[in-house]
Amino acid sequence: MAMAHPIPNNSRPAHTPEDGDGDFKTELLALIPFLRAFARSLTGNQEGADDLAQETLVKAWQSRSTFIPGTNLKAWLFTILRNQFYSNRRRAWRQAPWDQEAAERIPGGGEDQMFSAQLSDTARALRCLSDEQREALILVGAGGFSYEDAAAICKCAVGTVKSRVARARKALMEILDGDDTLGDVARPAEGDAAREIMAQLDRLTPSDDAGAAGGKRRPK
Amino acid sequence: MTQQWETTVSNEEKPTEKARAIRARQRAIGRELRRMYDDVAQEPVPDDFMDLLRKIDEADENKTGKKAS
Repeated sequence: MAMAHPIPNNSRPAHTPEDGDGDFKTELLALIPFLRAFARSLTGNQEGADDLAQETLVKAWQSRSTFIPGTNLKAWLFTILRNQFYSNRRRAWRQAPWDQEAAERIPGGGEDQMFSAQLSDTARALRCLSDEQREALILVGAGGFSYEDAAAICKCAVGTVKSRVARARKALMEILDGDDTLGDVARPAEGDAAREIMAQLDRLTPSDDAGAAGGKRRPK
Repeated sequence: MTQQWETTVSNEEKPTEKARAIRARQRAIGRELRRMYDDVAQEPVPDDFMDLLRKIDEADENKTGKKAS
């Protein structure tokens, strides 16, 4: 299948000496906690996040000869993780669009494993943001990345990251504080959550999968 | 005179106070986001990850024919 893979995944042996690999692995090890945290914020559940973080480690190790020493390894790893997340999800949609997406997005589903009870409001509000806004906000607001690094990770312009972060902050506040214009999103009834999921599927499911989605898909 | 001055100040302060309240709220939400992220980052790394790195090592040794002590 023709899946875009921006990080080269060749099996050409690393030209770095043994010492270099050792250093690389040490740094990799130190960054695992952050990979897990970023993965958790993307997937919204622990198990999927750890799978994603492990896939990232394998990909990073296989591609280590393409990493330029002295550049930002954390940003490089986050880029791989993000690519992997979206490519996994595209594949999941092709296979079982409803189950996967439902498990990821329905509040009280996969999220219960993720956040303790007192955090559920913010956690749920975060799930209501678009993917673009959520990842930008997490990278800059929680991960401590510069707008420039976040832009490189998300493959967009710096100005785009800035506006996504600003809009994400505003939206989160409106959701959490029950702004009238976003009241439905703030406290989703079950029907609203399901409608939101169907709307997302309609927007994002590739057209050749029309038969696989099942249920109440609108014709294109 | 004093009365008038106070009125003026309080009118000018209204938007500022609202902006300040919004900023404070934004900061609080920001702290909450960082806390969610940091909570995960501070969890002990599950054994699976160490197993995986060991496997990577072994696969690498087999491929290059090198033996680590």
